[in-house]
Amino acid sequence: MSDGKEIKISVKNLKKSIGDLDVLKDISIDVSEGEVVVVIGPSGSGKSTFLRCLNRLEEVDSGSIIVNGIDITSKETDINKVRENIGMVFQHFNLFNNLNVMDNMTLAPVELKKCSVAEAKERAERMLEKVGLSEKQEAFPSQLSGGQKQRVAIARALCMQPDIMLFDEPTSALDPEMVGEVLNVMKNLASDGMTMVIVTHEMGFAREVAHRIVFLDGGYIIEEGTPGVLLLNPREKRTRDFLDKVL
Amino acid sequence: MVRIITVYGGMLLEAMGRTLILALLGLFFACIIGLFFGILSVVKSRICNVIAQIFVDIIRGVPMIVLAFFIYFGIPYLLNTIIGGHNMTLTALQAGTACLALNCGAYMSEIIRAGIQSVDIGQMEAARSLGLPYGVSMRKVVLPQAIRTMIPSIINQFIITLKDTSILSVIGFPELVNTAKNVQANTFMSFQTWAIVGVMYLFVITILSRNAKMVERKLNVGR
Repeated sequence: MSDGKEIKISVKNLKKSIGDLDVLKDISIDVSEGEVVVVIGPSGSGKSTFLRCLNRLEEVDSGSIIVNGIDITSKETDINKVRENIGMVFQHFNLFNNLNVMDNMTLAPVELKKCSVAEAKERAERMLEKVGLSEKQEAFPSQLSGGQKQRVAIARALCMQPDIMLFDEPTSALDPEMVGEVLNVMKNLASDGMTMVIVTHEMGFAREVAHRIVFLDGGYIIEEGTPGVLLLNPREKRTRDFLDKVL
Repeated sequence: MVRIITVYGGMLLEAMGRTLILALLGLFFACIIGLFFGILSVVKSRICNVIAQIFVDIIRGVPMIVLAFFIYFGIPYLLNTIIGGHNMTLTALQAGTACLALNCGAYMSEIIRAGIQSVDIGQMEAARSLGLPYGVSMRKVVLPQAIRTMIPSIINQFIITLKDTSILSVIGFPELVNTAKNVQANTFMSFQTWAIVGVMYLFVITILSRNAKMVERKLNVGR
């Protein structure tokens, strides 16, 4: 994917421990514009922690993370400004339970003065249409199914017009019949050229959508490659062992 | 009984009014103190957490009557000794308000801390991930949800504080109990006097808790 495209995320020698546990031992990776990177690995391998470091929801111990040319590990960086351009979707949706769908989507753009209230609403309506939930504007999160919540969560992130989207196991908390609707939204997003980093267990989705799959284990990137190579012809034994279990 | 009501009724009602004013003043400042120390105990700063914990521990560890004497007699004495000659005093209302505010504030801060911590951490993370600063995330997302779970405990604390105003009769504030003591001394009708006073407290507190139920129902919209 390094065909002259701008590098959006550049991670170098990232280390992170939580308590006594070294979760990420030495991670270096670049993600270029429009690239879809899927991170796989056994549970406890540090996938989610890695993803959460990318918008500093986790503070890193050492190493650098450059997002859009800004070192987000630096104390001087206004992390809120950087986060405006990085959408994040969580495993448990995390819609604001005290606000209805429309307010969930307009809160950040309006509070951060990205646009007027009318513009924010208009944009939210467009995003809701994109994820197929136009009729749910007034609904509260408690009235939505898991799949609907996750689609709203994606739309909410998109309302900030980010140029990078992070997905932390977006379908893991969903009933099986709702996984498809969320993955479809993500597929559309990928084909629109969004830069995406996705932690997931959905191997079929990874094969279809990923430009690159990264296998993480024990705090290291063990192997990375295109879906064709990594899923069908992995070099490393640990990758093969993992894939034998999940495929 | 009838004689107490006809002769002293107005006096007791006025005393009830002063009790309510004292309670409202105390609660008002208690909310500010509680919110302040409540937030202090949940922010990501060890020093802030410790400061809040020390405050709560001190207030919780001292009986309110001691706190009342300390503020009413102790503080002016200390100030006069240090500065000298000014003969500073606190009115019973000032000392009483401070005493109630500190006492209730400490308990409120614990209620607020627990309420904030009961909101799923993911709510704060989602707000922050959109670029919202900590304060806005707290105000627009976390606190509104925390308040729903806090309301029953807060109302309960309000009721306790309203009743605790009676302790402030010891520093001479003419609230209901203090006034009733005078009525009893004048009439020698202990049973009747204290029965009337009991019913008065019961009446006000029942109204308060009935209204609280309504507020609770309204806040639960959309849950």
